[in-house]
Amino acid sequence: MPKVTIDGETIEVPAGITVLQACEIAGKEVPRFCYHERLSVAGNCRMCLVEMEKSPKPVASCAMPVAEGQVIKTDTPLVKKARNGVMEFLLINHPLDCPICDQGGECDLQDQAMSYGKDSSRYHENKRAVPDKEIGPLVKTTMTRCIHCTRCVRFSTEVAGNEELGAVFRGEHMEIDTYVEKALTSELSGNIVDLCPVGALTSKPYAFTARPWELRKTESIDVFDALGASIRVDARGGEVLRVLPRLNEETNEEWIGDKSRHAVDGLKRQRLDRPYLRKDGKLQPVSWAEALTAAAAKLKGTNASRIGAIAGDLVDAESVAALKDILAGLGVANLDCRQDGAKIDPANRASWLFNSTVQGIEDADAILLIGTNPRWESPVLNARIRKRYRAGGVKIAAIGPQLDLRYKYEYLGAGPTTLADVASGKNAFFETLKNAAKPMLIIGMGALARADGAAVLALAGELAAKAGIVKDGWNGFNVLNTAAGRVGALELGFVPGANGRDVAGIVEGASKGEIDVVYLLGADEIDTSKLGKAFVIYQGHHGDKGAHRADLVLPGAAYTEKNATYVNVEGRAQHARIAVFPPGEAKEDWKILRALSDALGAKLPYDTLSQLRARLAKASPVFAEIETAHPAAALGALGKAGNVDPAAFVSPIDNYYMTDPISRASATMAECTRVYVKGEAPRTGTHG
Amino acid sequence: MLQDKDRIFTNLYADGDWGLKGAMARGDWDGTKDILAKGRDWIIKEIQDSGLRGRGGAGFPTGMKWSFMPKKSDGRPHYLVVNADESEPGTCKDREILRHDPHKLIEGCLIAGFAMGANAAYIYVRGEFYNEASHLELAVQQAYDAKLLGDDACGSGWKFDVFVHRGAGAYICGEETALIESLEGKKGQPRLKPPFPAGVGLYGCPTTVNNVESIAVAPTIIRRGAAWFAGIGRPKNSGTKLFCISGHVNKPCTVEEAMSIPLKELLEKHCGGVRGGWDNLLAVIPGGSSVPALPKSICDTVLMDFDALREHRSGLGTAAVIVMDKSTDIVKAIARLSRFYMHESCGQCTPCREGTGWLYRVMQRMVKGQAELSEIDMLEEVTRQIEGHTICALGDAAAWPVQGLIRNFRPHLEQRIRDYKAAITAQAAE
Repeated sequence: MPKVTIDGETIEVPAGITVLQACEIAGKEVPRFCYHERLSVAGNCRMCLVEMEKSPKPVASCAMPVAEGQVIKTDTPLVKKARNGVMEFLLINHPLDCPICDQGGECDLQDQAMSYGKDSSRYHENKRAVPDKEIGPLVKTTMTRCIHCTRCVRFSTEVAGNEELGAVFRGEHMEIDTYVEKALTSELSGNIVDLCPVGALTSKPYAFTARPWELRKTESIDVFDALGASIRVDARGGEVLRVLPRLNEETNEEWIGDKSRHAVDGLKRQRLDRPYLRKDGKLQPVSWAEALTAAAAKLKGTNASRIGAIAGDLVDAESVAALKDILAGLGVANLDCRQDGAKIDPANRASWLFNSTVQGIEDADAILLIGTNPRWESPVLNARIRKRYRAGGVKIAAIGPQLDLRYKYEYLGAGPTTLADVASGKNAFFETLKNAAKPMLIIGMGALARADGAAVLALAGELAAKAGIVKDGWNGFNVLNTAAGRVGALELGFVPGANGRDVAGIVEGASKGEIDVVYLLGADEIDTSKLGKAFVIYQGHHGDKGAHRADLVLPGAAYTEKNATYVNVEGRAQHARIAVFPPGEAKEDWKILRALSDALGAKLPYDTLSQLRARLAKASPVFAEIETAHPAAALGALGKAGNVDPAAFVSPIDNYYMTDPISRASATMAECTRVYVKGEAPRTGTHG
Repeated sequence: MLQDKDRIFTNLYADGDWGLKGAMARGDWDGTKDILAKGRDWIIKEIQDSGLRGRGGAGFPTGMKWSFMPKKSDGRPHYLVVNADESEPGTCKDREILRHDPHKLIEGCLIAGFAMGANAAYIYVRGEFYNEASHLELAVQQAYDAKLLGDDACGSGWKFDVFVHRGAGAYICGEETALIESLEGKKGQPRLKPPFPAGVGLYGCPTTVNNVESIAVAPTIIRRGAAWFAGIGRPKNSGTKLFCISGHVNKPCTVEEAMSIPLKELLEKHCGGVRGGWDNLLAVIPGGSSVPALPKSICDTVLMDFDALREHRSGLGTAAVIVMDKSTDIVKAIARLSRFYMHESCGQCTPCREGTGWLYRVMQRMVKGQAELSEIDMLEEVTRQIEGHTICALGDAAAWPVQGLIRNFRPHLEQRIRDYKAAITAQAAE
């Protein structure tokens, strides 16, 4: 490890890092605009200049590798003067429109101008103006503010993999552009707004909404896919205004998908804000007491075998546990959390977890995607695969939908037949997996959520066993869920009991008149038209398909409105925190269930959230150790061998922008659907 | 004065055939196989001993540059890249070589390429040099046909290919790493150094980028011996050099001369002197547009070499001598150069992108005198803020002419500002 001297203090730093990183280790703050830890080094802003002994000129610390015996000075008059000079250059053509700029208050240029700027300008010429670009419904551009740091270009090219942004023209005419005007086709485009150090790229849906200092910031967890990205929810009053990513190396690094970021306007629309009971064929507002009494009467008055319960995709572990306890008290065995009918084996944890962990992707040297479109099922996880791809030395292949995943892969085939070929060694990719040090399978719901899902799972298990997917300290058998609530519910065993019905069985039973009461806990992705004459109790936060069919509506809280636990694909339990209160009379979900148990006369044995969480911890170690991945170490028996249907695997997500009640209620997501899924032109200022 | 027998570019004025036949008659491609047989180290040693300094402007010792190439390949190929993107205003020496003596360059490529273990040379020709690139391509074809290049170049057993690539006319692509980027098909923007091209260059492989003249003189140096070349000019500034003299002289020309020739002698012997006599001289830019202009007092005695000009805070650059007599509006002339640098800045890094435009706009006002006296110092300070803070040397190149103007011709600027103020005061009084 080289020793470097920074401002007179000699420290030992890891080899291969840059002088800027060494300065950070030494606790010296170095200003920068273009440098970003997760992007390649551009060295173009020249703000991070430091003095280096034996160098006649100041050096850009972000681009200078550390070397033994370097002597760096960060606080000399020369350095200060150089940075002041660069700052002056950056400001001469930067508009002084901070009062109307959305970046105000969280602008790197504004902040650093406080240290390195002058109070008056020596530049008396005309300032440059640059035409704005139209790059889609999510990113607003004010290109005159651009300081050409190229972070957005590098992010698009390197992380997101949509090589659509670049710099055109030369010198002071240089512009960041898509060249031919178009909307950025990336599910990660919102991240360039975070990366932009100035107000050139800002969030379009959030434009002119709030100032950062007005916002209440709550650290929470994202629920729009099963990755469980760390987010920060910014709210003002009772409104969630925006969602930003938080740093979490283990899951999302510092990116989030566009749906996670921009679907939050859906939290203000179509909300269930009071209990409703169907009277005379119409849903009528009722009081909580009446609603709970009605629910209790129905549940008590019905034979347990004629009651079914389905947990949805956005449910938190607490409410799942509470509902499960109520159902256990009633003796109900018809319960399930696999709305899409995925043939996950409830007895085998390996069949629903991302066992290698998300970080494990970076170690894999052969990856086989089976029936999954990670770009839409979890764009940030897909970016991790791309990161691995860019590092080189990995072979990626796919069975299933043939899509642009933003990295090159070998397309093996469409369906289970190909999978069988790989498993039997007929397909050459079998050898690749077998010879790899850390081989990985990623199995999507497209492969499991079908009638022959168990047989497909068995095939994948066979392949895993033969190809040595599980080795010492490595389990590369990964199942990629699409629902944030799924893993938590599975960990709690929210699956059919002895002789119980699964989701398909409950729906079928209801349509045949064999099930009289259906309890939908935020379940909207089933075919509600087939529920027949059953009395449907819907507990949830949005007036979506479930509430539409319901006979009794119990208004719950969305993920931003409750303290709740979600378990991600790796079996990592994480706490979402309350950012705003639920609207109207809506309540936190576990409290509704606790009150229902009271009305049933079988009070649940927990009065507080901490008591309930103690109950969770007893059910599974996942909940005892928060924020730690709990993958399965071994595979065990997977699925049930049988005949497979040669039909192609189809990804369960046909529209990334609308997958759940919140995003379906979001106007921003509707616009994204129009532009990206339907392929219509983005709306500009001249539209309506 | 250089004697005719010591001239390297004997067809500089197109007296003979530029093709292979003519070149061989002039002694090119003579015993190339024997030169290669002496080995890489011997060639590099010869060039080092000759004291040849890079002819592209920076004057870095050529032999030393070649010696930076890895001695053994780690599996990656080595490349020689020849910079024929001659775009520095005032410079037209490489153009003459490409036009009239392309075989000197091609033979130089083989020898230099062999010396650095390269099997391929890329010659990046300025986009505007259409006829020159055509000549070069024909010459390369002639060399292939005569088996001087190819799988067994000159019968030496060394495989060597030469590729001619035409640029698109951007000045910045004459910067070595921007040239490499452009050659790779990317936007011409300089790379960060380190890593240097000798480690990571074209397509990520060890690469040396040399000027046309540096490569073209190499075969002759090796044939006539390092001592011969080192014996011309002052120590550390040895050899012959192509000087391109333009501007207010009676006969502008490109001429091969000994290094360290006095400027006055150069102008009087080869160019018929300054228009209107030596005393009519106002200023000389001695090394292409990017070096500071010198006033007549310095021009009287200064020697034309790297170190002498450096002592006078200017530079030999590409040895493009731009002569300006007293009819010249020196402020306007430098303002025009500022416009050039603004136009040619690549826009990658902040000081150059923003600073060159600032310089030009202030200079434009200075031409009219529409400025404050204090702005002269401000202008100087802005040039200092650009200089040394950029990725490549274009920032310095933009700053130096303005610095030279302020240092050597400040009274001109001040007078103009006073005149302008007086004029508008008088106008107001009317």
